[in-house]
Amino acid sequence: MNTTSIKNALITSVVFLILASFMMGVQLVPEGTSISLSLADPVRLEALGVALALLFVFQLFREPISNGWQAVKNKLPLPEHGIAETLQTKGEQHPRLKQLALAFLLAALIIWPFFGSRGNVDLATLALIYVMLGLGLNIVVGLAGLLDLGYVGFYAVGAYSYALLNQYFGLDFWSCLLLGGFIAAFFGFILGFPVLRLRGDYLAIVTLGFGEIIRILLNNWTAITGGPNGISQIPKPTLFGLEFSRRAKEEGNIPFHEFFGIDYSSGYKVIFLYLLALLLVIATLWVINRLLRMPIGRAWEALREDDIACQSLGMNKTIIKLSAFTIGAAFAGFAGTFFAARQGFISPESFTFIESAIILAIVVLGGMGSQMGVVLAAIIMTILPELAREFNEYRMLMFGLLMVFMMIWRPAGLMPMKRPHIALKESKEENSSSISQQPAHAA
Amino acid sequence: MSSQENNQQTLLEVEDLTMRFGGLVAVNKVKLNVKSGQIVSIIGPNGAGKTTVFNCLTGFYKPSDGRISYRGENITGSKNHEISRKGIVRTFQHVRLFKSMTVLENLLVAQHRHLNTNLLSGLFKTPAYRRSEQAAFDRASFWLDKVNLKSMANRDAGNLSYGQQRRLEIARCMVTQPDMLMLDEPAAGLNPRETKELDELICELRDHHNVSVMLIEHDMKLVMEISDHIYVINQGTPLADGLPDQIKNNPDVIKAYLGEA
Repeated sequence: MNTTSIKNALITSVVFLILASFMMGVQLVPEGTSISLSLADPVRLEALGVALALLFVFQLFREPISNGWQAVKNKLPLPEHGIAETLQTKGEQHPRLKQLALAFLLAALIIWPFFGSRGNVDLATLALIYVMLGLGLNIVVGLAGLLDLGYVGFYAVGAYSYALLNQYFGLDFWSCLLLGGFIAAFFGFILGFPVLRLRGDYLAIVTLGFGEIIRILLNNWTAITGGPNGISQIPKPTLFGLEFSRRAKEEGNIPFHEFFGIDYSSGYKVIFLYLLALLLVIATLWVINRLLRMPIGRAWEALREDDIACQSLGMNKTIIKLSAFTIGAAFAGFAGTFFAARQGFISPESFTFIESAIILAIVVLGGMGSQMGVVLAAIIMTILPELAREFNEYRMLMFGLLMVFMMIWRPAGLMPMKRPHIALKESKEENSSSISQQPAHAA
Repeated sequence: MSSQENNQQTLLEVEDLTMRFGGLVAVNKVKLNVKSGQIVSIIGPNGAGKTTVFNCLTGFYKPSDGRISYRGENITGSKNHEISRKGIVRTFQHVRLFKSMTVLENLLVAQHRHLNTNLLSGLFKTPAYRRSEQAAFDRASFWLDKVNLKSMANRDAGNLSYGQQRRLEIARCMVTQPDMLMLDEPAAGLNPRETKELDELICELRDHHNVSVMLIEHDMKLVMEISDHIYVINQGTPLADGLPDQIKNNPDVIKAYLGEA
C-alpha cells in the first residue's frame, strides 16, 4: 500500500459518491402540484454506504488482491486451455470414451423431460429451436464468412410456409416441414444472387434489408397473412396421425391418450414437442457435421479465408456462395416450421431484427464455425434470461454485460472451432510411387 | 534446351496483349509463346506490368486488346475459375493461403473440382465418395512429401514460416494437376538456401511432372539458371526476348534493367 493507491482509492470513492448521491441517493416526491427533492430510503442509503466502503477498500488493496488472485490461479490445477478444450482433447485421445459419453448424454436428453417440470421442458424446446437456428446461421457466417443480419427472414419464411399452407391447403406438419425447408432454401437462393458481388459491411446491410422486407411484407399483406394479427390455430404436429389434444380435431383422427388407453395429460404434448425438436437438432448436427468434412464445407471455409485464391484454384465462387446461403436458409426454414407448430400462433412480431441479432450473437459467442460452441451458446442465450427473471428490468442489462465480459475473456468464443486432425498414412511409399508414375496431369 | 525448342508443341500463345486502365497503358502489345515442358520467365523493372500480364492470362483482368490462346483454344476474357480448370494455375506475389485451415485442408480444397461433390453421396459416404476422398488424400500426401511439409500436415497454414508457405502454395497448385504453372515472384523473401531448393523444385516439376512454368522473378541468378526462354518487359512494352545468354548480353536490356556498366 503506497500513496498512489490511497490517492486512487480516494478519487474513485469521491467520484462514486458524487455520481451515486445524485442518481440514487435522492428521489423526487410529488407534493400536491409540485415535486420536492428528498433523501432516498434509508435502506438504499445504507447500501450506498456499503458499496462505497467496498469500493474504497478494493481500490486500496487492488494490487495485493490481483496478485493474490494470480497466485491462486497458478496454484489451482486448472487446465491451461480451459475445460472445453481439455474435454475435446480427451475425446480425441479416447474415441470409445467419447462415444460412451455421447450415448449417455443422448439418453439423458431423452429421459429427463418425463421427470422435468412442464415449464422446463418447454424452455428446453425453445432452446433447441435456437440451437437449430444457430447451427444454420453458423454455415453462412461462421463457415462461409458471409455476415448475414437478416437470417430471421428465412425463419419467418419457414414459419409462415407452414401456417399458410395449412390454412389454405390443409397440409399437415410433416409435409410442411419439408416444404418449409425447401421454400426457405429457395428464398436463400434468391437472396444469394444480388449479394454475390458484395462482402463484409455491404453484404450485412443488404441482408438486413432482406430480413426487414420479409417482416414488413408479412405485416402489410393483410389479405393473405393476416397482417399484424398473425395466424392462429396452427395445428400441432402429430405422431403418425395421433393427435395430442383432448379430442381429435380432425375427423377420423384418434387422440394419443385414447390410442394407448391412458389418461389425458397436456404434458404429453410438451414432451412430444421437445423430443421432436431434439430429433431435428440431432439431424441438423449430423448433416452439418458431414457437410463440414465434405468438399463443399471445405470450399465454404476457403471462400471465407481468401476468395481470390479460391477462384484461381478453379472453384466457382458463385456456386459456393449460393450453396452456403441456400443450405443455411433451409435450416432456418425447418426451425421456423417447427416454431409455428409449437406456438400455434405466429405474427410478424416474432421475426424482428432483434431475433437475427440474438442468433448472430449465439454464433459469435459460441465460436465462429464451431458446432459444439454454437449449441452451448444457444442454450446459454435462451436459458439465462429465463433464469434471471427475478432481476426483472435489469435482466437485459446483465445479459449485455455478460456478453461484453465473454468477448473480453474469450474473444474466439466459448469453444473455438478446432481444425480436424487427419492422420496421413506413414507408409506412403508404395502409394506415392504409384502416383508419380501416372502422368501428373489428367486434363 | 534451345535445340528442343522448335520441335515442341506450343501450349500458350499470346498476341498483342494490351491492358489499359483508363488512360494508362499498363501492358502494351505483349507477345508470349510457351511450349510444353518449358520454363519461361518474364523479367522487367518494378511496375513494368509483369503481374498485370499474369492477371490478364489467368482471367483476373479482361484484357483490353489482344488474343490469348491455350492449346489452340481462345481463352481471352474467360473467367479465372474457368481458366484454372483448363489447367493454368498461379501463385501470388503475396502468398494467398487459406491461413486458418490446416496445410492438408489447403491441399484438399484445391482438389475441389476433381472430387465427388455430390451432396447426397457425401452425406451417406458412398463407396465412390470414399474413393475420391482417398485419392485426394493420397495426392495431397504425395505433394506434401515433395515440398517437404509432411510433418506439418495438420498445422494451420498461417503458422508456417514464409518459405514453407511459399512451398505450400506451389504444392496447392500442383494438386490441381495443371499443365501450366504461373509463379509470381516465388523466390521473394526466401534465403539463398531456400532459393536453391525452389530452383530444384521448379526444374523437377518441368522434368518429371509434365508442367510448363511461367515465372516472374527478380532473382537474376535463379532466372538465368532455369529459364528456357526469357521475355523482358519495360514500362508495359516488350523490350526483348531470347535465351538467357542472349538476354544477358542484350545492350537494351542491360541499359533498361540490369544497369549500365
